[in-house]
Amino acid sequence: MNGRPAIAVSELTVVRGGRAVLNGLTLDVEPGHVTGLLGPSGCGKSTLMRAIVGVQIVASGAVTVLGEPAGSASLRRRVGYVTQAPSVYGDLSIEENLRFFASVVGADERRIAELIDTVGLAGLEGRVAGSLSGGQRSRVSLATALLGRPAVLVLDEPTVGLDPVLRAELWRDFHELAAAGTTLLISSHVMEEAAECDEVILMRDGAVLRQTTPDGLRAETGEQDLSRAFLALIEHESA
Amino acid sequence: MSLVVTRAIALRVLWQIRRDPRTIALLLIVPVVLLALLKWVFAGEPSVFLSIGVPLCGLFPFIVMFLITSIAMLRERTTGTLERLMTLPMSRLDLLVGYAIAFGVLATIQATIVCTVGFVALGLDAAHGVWLVGLLAIGNALLGMALGLAASAFARTEFQAVQFMPALIFPQLLLCGIFIERAKMSTALYWLSWALPLTYAYDALARATGPAPLGAWFAVDVLVTAAGTIAALALGAATLKRRTA
Repeated sequence: MNGRPAIAVSELTVVRGGRAVLNGLTLDVEPGHVTGLLGPSGCGKSTLMRAIVGVQIVASGAVTVLGEPAGSASLRRRVGYVTQAPSVYGDLSIEENLRFFASVVGADERRIAELIDTVGLAGLEGRVAGSLSGGQRSRVSLATALLGRPAVLVLDEPTVGLDPVLRAELWRDFHELAAAGTTLLISSHVMEEAAECDEVILMRDGAVLRQTTPDGLRAETGEQDLSRAFLALIEHESA
Repeated sequence: MSLVVTRAIALRVLWQIRRDPRTIALLLIVPVVLLALLKWVFAGEPSVFLSIGVPLCGLFPFIVMFLITSIAMLRERTTGTLERLMTLPMSRLDLLVGYAIAFGVLATIQATIVCTVGFVALGLDAAHGVWLVGLLAIGNALLGMALGLAASAFARTEFQAVQFMPALIFPQLLLCGIFIERAKMSTALYWLSWALPLTYAYDALARATGPAPLGAWFAVDVLVTAAGTIAALALGAATLKRRTA
């Protein structure tokens, strides 16, 4: 990596409802990589992502994205964020949703058509988002985040509920984006998806358990299956 | 603030409502039907209809816009679209002004229809002209919208949001003077009514209806209503937090 990480989190503590969801968490995300954020539901992945895009109230610690404090006005054009629940307007069509977000981030018509194709929704442009399946809606949500060609993409469980073919296509797209210099942080609670990432950050109970590569994880635990590897790691840690 | 983004938000809100023809029909037809019903109810005492019919033309948009805006903004908060907007290059002012423009357009259409039916078909009359009543109606709609935006921050669910209407709007209607002259209320209520924005909105409409010159009080009414709108918008802006727990 060329010196500066794309995302730097240091000693981050987030308290929600009187409970520390993140507890002094520290990590770096390399630029131009696909980094997977993996861990069981409720371990703090979404909270960490919200802190990175600057919409989470944090108790202490620092989050820096592209060298600027998370949530800075200048980052709003350079960071794309997809929430876990698809955040699109259910009463607008796919095209109308994209057109609205395109005018907010300053993307053109061609980009809209291109992205509808990328996320596999060509031919459905006129469908009202509320009438789509959950997977289709989350793809609209993903497309809106890609509109402004952000340098950093923070995707919260973007592949949940998608069929295997589409999931494979999306992972290919993610790697193409990374090859073009985009930094991607992608969360999942499905350990198999770790195999798709250049780097993986394993989280548990609001802390980073390990930051490694899929091969590194296999080598460390001696398990080929990444779910088993994760379990082995937890057993080893608590032993 | 960006004109492009503000315009995009206004168009988007209008587009969303366009997708819901039943809401549009309710918005435009219900006030007219209620006005006609009122005339019928007071058929034996036509002077009552004439004196409260005009102010009602100017108050319907206030009530309806309060409801619609509070639900629309609540949805924006609960579906995660607000959070997404907060991560984008959009200022809070873009959002508020965009909403104000969209609901201002709707209010204008609504006020035009209710005033046309009221003044042409149902025989209402205002000494200072139907135009003034229409303009006041649009101003009141913006006040309703601003209060609705602020109220949405205090509701977690749509059930709660609709309850804000009887909680926040009905008392103002009861105390504004439309049902009984404020001077005839108990001292406590009379003084309380001075603190409610709808009192001024109604007073302006009543002055526009009556034969007396508009006078300085009319100017005070308009200024206070406008100030109330701006204060409510500021409160609404304060509730649009980029960072939440």
